[in-house]
Amino acid sequence: MSVLTFTDRGLYCPAGDFHIDPWRPVPRAVITHAHSDHARPGMGRYLCTDIAAPVMRHRLGDITLDTLRYGEPRQIGGATVSLHPAGHVPGSAQVRVAVGGEVWVVSGDYKLVDDGLSTPFEPLRCDTFISECTFGLPLFSWPADSRLRDDILAWHAANRAEGRFSLLGAYNLGKAQRLLRLIGEAAGPILTHGAVEGTTAVLRAQGLVLPPTRQVTPATDLGAHAGALVLTVPSALSGPWARRFGGASTAMASGWMALRGIRRRRGADRGFVISDHADWAGLNTAIRATGAGRVFVTHGYTASFRRWLSEQGYDAGIVATEWEGEAPDAPPDTWPDTTPNTGTGLTA
Amino acid sequence: MKRFAALFAELDATTRTSAKVTALARYLSDAPPDDRLWTVALFSGRRPRRVIPATRLALWAAEAAGIPDWLFTDAYAVAGDLAETISLILPPPRETSDQPLSACIAEIARLGTLDDSGRRAGILAAWNRLDGTERFLFTKLLTGGFRVGISQTLMTRAIAQATGQDPSAIAHRLMGDWTPARTTWDRLLAPDGDTDLSRPYPFCLAHPLDTPADLGDPADWLAELKWDGIRAQLIRRGGTHVLWSRGEDLMTDRFPEFAVTRDRLPDGCVIDGEILAWRDGAPLPFAALQTRIGRKSLPKRTLAEAPVILMAYDLLEESGADLRQTPLAARRARLASLLADLPPGTPLSLSPEIAFATVADLAAARARARDDGAEGLMLKHRASPYHAGRRRGDWWKWKVDPMSVDAVMVYAQAGHGRRANLFTDYTFALRDGDALVPFTKAYSGLTDAEFAEITRWVRANTLQRFGPVRQVKPELVFEIAFEGLQPSPRHKSGIALRFPRMARWRRDKPAAEIDTLDSLRGLMPG
Repeated sequence: MSVLTFTDRGLYCPAGDFHIDPWRPVPRAVITHAHSDHARPGMGRYLCTDIAAPVMRHRLGDITLDTLRYGEPRQIGGATVSLHPAGHVPGSAQVRVAVGGEVWVVSGDYKLVDDGLSTPFEPLRCDTFISECTFGLPLFSWPADSRLRDDILAWHAANRAEGRFSLLGAYNLGKAQRLLRLIGEAAGPILTHGAVEGTTAVLRAQGLVLPPTRQVTPATDLGAHAGALVLTVPSALSGPWARRFGGASTAMASGWMALRGIRRRRGADRGFVISDHADWAGLNTAIRATGAGRVFVTHGYTASFRRWLSEQGYDAGIVATEWEGEAPDAPPDTWPDTTPNTGTGLTA
Repeated sequence: MKRFAALFAELDATTRTSAKVTALARYLSDAPPDDRLWTVALFSGRRPRRVIPATRLALWAAEAAGIPDWLFTDAYAVAGDLAETISLILPPPRETSDQPLSACIAEIARLGTLDDSGRRAGILAAWNRLDGTERFLFTKLLTGGFRVGISQTLMTRAIAQATGQDPSAIAHRLMGDWTPARTTWDRLLAPDGDTDLSRPYPFCLAHPLDTPADLGDPADWLAELKWDGIRAQLIRRGGTHVLWSRGEDLMTDRFPEFAVTRDRLPDGCVIDGEILAWRDGAPLPFAALQTRIGRKSLPKRTLAEAPVILMAYDLLEESGADLRQTPLAARRARLASLLADLPPGTPLSLSPEIAFATVADLAAARARARDDGAEGLMLKHRASPYHAGRRRGDWWKWKVDPMSVDAVMVYAQAGHGRRANLFTDYTFALRDGDALVPFTKAYSGLTDAEFAEITRWVRANTLQRFGPVRQVKPELVFEIAFEGLQPSPRHKSGIALRFPRMARWRRDKPAAEIDTLDSLRGLMPG
């Protein structure tokens, strides 16, 4: 029997009777990370890393949750399961499943670059590797963080010189904190949207060191902060919330900003290319490092990437997911996530 | 190239007109004069000719990136732009270059003179010293596809700001047949610089009108048909004649009929009008005119089947004097007397004035306009000067309401540029018995949000793929509006539409209730 099978609820391990990142309720779910397309509500029991647990509870509320440390093995039925750093966001994991002598690894979402927050990606040897390929085309090659930082600071300085706010839209778990870390205190005090502040507070509480932020509330005197950098979720860049900031300059931080068409369609003034997914070179490096002969691809440009891998000599296939899309207009990288569950009272 | 790339990025980064004008004016004050000249040329559509086929560029880029052709094609389909695809897949540059824009363009011209291996080496070397936006723009110039979202009005304002000259004088100097190869920045903008006898005036354009009810005294207004042809200026100077389209295409050779005006019109006159295919006192369908545009040679048969005239609207110059500030009523009187003196058979005709006393008279004339072969009415204030460009208040166009049918989407294709990755180009079908017959394509008329929603729907409802085209379930119904229709043997439906677009998405209407091919045939004139 196969170590993992593909079902209409997601990846399933028959030997251990559990699913990985299922999208419909199942009794037992192993979760790679807390993004809403991977961690869905309604599972009987959840298993994730200890680092991911606080955000999982923040988002999903009162769930039955068990945790593992990175690398700690857990016997589930006939399967040995362990979680290993994926470098995507704090607490994100690859899932290693060994049944008999055969090892499969599910990458979840991952990146190879060390963002200074997430435990860096760890290559794992396996027989079969299931890899995401959100950016699985040679169009995507991420610029260095240092250059990104210079660009963002230059954009902010130009806006501040004109007395305008700089509204920067970024996914509120992972990307937002990565930007905070990158910018540090070089742009002065950073204002935040409630959805960004909520997740940031959870991560701070578990010990991540992030520069000080100030949440914008109806009571905030914006006049006192003229020209500030404001970190928000992408969905709030247009609409009543953003209108409070007058003629602000807007920007999106996302891997999709590499494409001019998408950048222009988003209607933001600027697009900064920064992603928590692997770029083309990163995907290829990661896959080579597994030593796997068989690779399944999922989430992204699966048809092109599978063909590329088989031409490189891999036994390559595609895993369909409910989240499949060739290049969805609200790509997973930027899915607005402004409605977290209110279970912990820490939300926006 | 760095300075030009920075300008391009700055223009790309804002939607505010004032910020664009400021950025461009600053560049036009600081950049080397040859770069200013080239920038104005590029921004006014004077692109260098493509010297190297796009397929070669794609091949060399894929080789340099170490990817197979099919993967390049997949990437191109996602990026939606060849130059962007190339600039993204290539490895990062290992050198840098401070070459100015004009030198890069000269280099492109030089590469065009080399053999294939020389071109390949030259282009790979250029790609290897250009970064990001520079590389993208260089490749855009190579493919001859450079475009930028800068209106002529905006550019005129920026040049005026940079040089301290009057914007309308600049708009005039930018018209016509100049190229950077044949002039300099200073000569182009010198008020008494070189005199170009072929230079047209900036066209005066009208704003759309919803109702003429608020225009005031009818006696102040001249009404005429809005003809559906090619807007043109006929320039008769220096013993010869030149014909310009509104898009500043030189059309003199396309329409040899006007050669007779060299002998029949006095020297130093410029007439604004509409080129129409015309027979027996009435316009032929626009398609007849198209047979005159889209071909290299003009056999006698084509000339005989689609003879043209210039339906004259206005007189902009007479005896070498610029009449544009003279009131319309006086200009038109002089135009009428000029044309009255022409011998019979001269392909020039005065656009008839429509007499009216009330708004109701106008409405009746508009209702007849389609039968007259026109697309509506023009209303021009009799005291109006001939403005440069589109100015609100003096000239109005009151078009007839479009015709429409409800049709179902059967194919969808992704767009390019800003619409890359979005399914925006659709084919529509009507019912014919039990069959669905495709009859038109349409690309415009929906909001970005609607295109995004339909894109998700297309992905989930694809029946078959034909390369980039998806056949979809025939479920989504749209109201297709158009300006006219005529028989066409080239179309499966036997009918060709003029200016089809999506008037709205009929979410309320099931596909079973769409219109039939017969009902479309019923809209055909005659």
